[in-house]
Amino acid sequence: MTAREDKPHLTRPHVLHLLREMLRIRRFEERSAELYQQEKIRGFLHLYIGEEAVAVGVMQALGADDAIVATYREHGQALARGVSMNGVMAEMYGKQEGSSRGRGGSMHIFDAKTRFYGGNAIVGGGLPIAVGLALADKMQRRPRVTACFFGEGAAAEGEFHESMNLAALWRLPVLFVCENNLYAMGTALAISESETDIHLKAQSYRVASEAVDGMDVVAVEAAARRAVAAIHAGAGPFFLECRTYRFRAHSMFDAQLYRSKAEIEAWKQRCPIARLTAWAKASSLIHDDDIAAIEREIAAEVQASVDFSEAGTWEPVAELCRDVTTPREVR
Amino acid sequence: MNVAPTAGTQKITLTYRDAVKAAIREALQRDERVFLMGEDVGRYGGCYAVSKGLLDEFGPDRIRDTPLSESGFVGAGIGAALGGMRPIVEVMTVNFSMLCLDQILNSAATIRHMSGGQFSIPLVIRMATGAGRQLAAQHSHSLEGWYAHIPGIRVLTPATLEDARGMLATALADPDPVLIFENVLLYHMTGEIAADAGPVDIDRAAIRRAGRDISLITYGGSLWKTLKAAEELAGLGIEAEIVDLRTLRPLDDATIMQSVRKTRRAVIVDEGWKTGSLSAEIAARIVEQCFWSLDAPIGRVCTAEVPIPYPKHLEDAALPQPPAIVAAARAAVWR
Repeated sequence: MTAREDKPHLTRPHVLHLLREMLRIRRFEERSAELYQQEKIRGFLHLYIGEEAVAVGVMQALGADDAIVATYREHGQALARGVSMNGVMAEMYGKQEGSSRGRGGSMHIFDAKTRFYGGNAIVGGGLPIAVGLALADKMQRRPRVTACFFGEGAAAEGEFHESMNLAALWRLPVLFVCENNLYAMGTALAISESETDIHLKAQSYRVASEAVDGMDVVAVEAAARRAVAAIHAGAGPFFLECRTYRFRAHSMFDAQLYRSKAEIEAWKQRCPIARLTAWAKASSLIHDDDIAAIEREIAAEVQASVDFSEAGTWEPVAELCRDVTTPREVR
Repeated sequence: MNVAPTAGTQKITLTYRDAVKAAIREALQRDERVFLMGEDVGRYGGCYAVSKGLLDEFGPDRIRDTPLSESGFVGAGIGAALGGMRPIVEVMTVNFSMLCLDQILNSAATIRHMSGGQFSIPLVIRMATGAGRQLAAQHSHSLEGWYAHIPGIRVLTPATLEDARGMLATALADPDPVLIFENVLLYHMTGEIAADAGPVDIDRAAIRRAGRDISLITYGGSLWKTLKAAEELAGLGIEAEIVDLRTLRPLDDATIMQSVRKTRRAVIVDEGWKTGSLSAEIAARIVEQCFWSLDAPIGRVCTAEVPIPYPKHLEDAALPQPPAIVAAARAAVWR
């Protein structure tokens, strides 16, 4: 399957691929949470568990030349994009073998090879940057797309609105992916937005938009492929609202006082991994053996990333001030 | 890159505004990745008429009018720089740059570091700064000193026609974000420069007047007030040396200290407010590096601690002026 087709083809290899990609994120993050308890990972750790279908679905529609701008809950996008698991894990360990030499940590995964531009931890701050990347592509006549991931909380920021307007005004090839998980940290959508139908905000800027079930990886992939096809056809930006839910706390410091256990349980019934697995098994596309094999491979990959990170090295303090500015020839 | 203003024999007369425009035009001609973006830069011709005429010459893609979305278009400049362009983003005045401070501080200045050196941001942001036009408290402040606080960016303050003409090209060649502050009172300044004036260095402070008795350290619009004060001091037999900082970050400590070690006295003239200012930083560095050379306390002439008022007499009173510079210098030399 090429990245430019505008419909998913649910062949056995593709279904296995979707399942594997979601499970990689899930198992990686479960291990990350354990490592956090063991104090191997510090700082903020925002888990994507529950939302895997969004990153995995959207990435299927993107090509190698396209760019990604993400927010601070970006392990899922990074892994689905092809940033090495070793690099992401070592980054969270703060080791210099990490994807950002350990300088960024969990919230600032960057990877030039896969055109992954962070890991932006200022809510809304990535949107103007995505607009600019797309502007550069348009001015240089490169047929690329910039996908920008952000939560529904970003819709309250001025930069959201400025970016919608700029992207529409200049007809830029941006795929805005709103991961609407219903809570901006602990503040529910209904008590922070007068219009809770987020994708309508994009429409008010004449940005074509669609809302999709973000717990259904196939639906997300199909919608993302339609969106990318429209962008390539020159229709300007597209806004994809993926309705999803995070199963875990906002970060490792969150007692989750703002939502009920019943609500969390209800959403867990819609787990994107369980859903794809059940459908694919019922369709006889995959079997228990396949799942066991995938789980074994992923467990080995996750363990390898932990071993890699444990064996990683601390950057010498003598290098503290490197990478603040670009080394220049002395003029 | 050429490091010194070229000493052509042919001279031309132009304004500071013309010099900036010539620099932008040349950058656009030389490199197709360069474009100018900002509020009213195109059809209006620029709030201070710097870009007047460029739209006709280069078209709306490269002389790009933006909506009033400072954070949006500065962030877009960052993205465009990441995407291989060489944007010149104009923020109408430094006062409005508070609306895009997030992008400048949290994105432009940090992405290289946060990415472990993978991504540099070759972006130039130009802003007008300074008071003196009775524009009151939301259009008159000098906040360039704040920006000099931020690691990861370079801060330039061209005070002369040569620097107005020559700093932009060097800034565009820099792989990191560069902020250029143009003092509003300088746009009308007229003078002669070499017809073939070109890129200048952006690493060194410059001695604008040599003297043995005291170092007057300043930058931007205050340079001309300080030169005027120096003439008056000369009449009193006090020979002041004037250091034009030119680049507020990184500061050229070597040139500052060399001058202070020679004159053994220093007064800093800074259009920012005194508290927590660039002048405080320079005074601290002089004390750290030249304490044993000093013969007098360091003096400072800064803007009064007040939002800039509208009436002319109060605005003038709020700002550093030649008489206050003369008084501070005389106090330092005990004459």
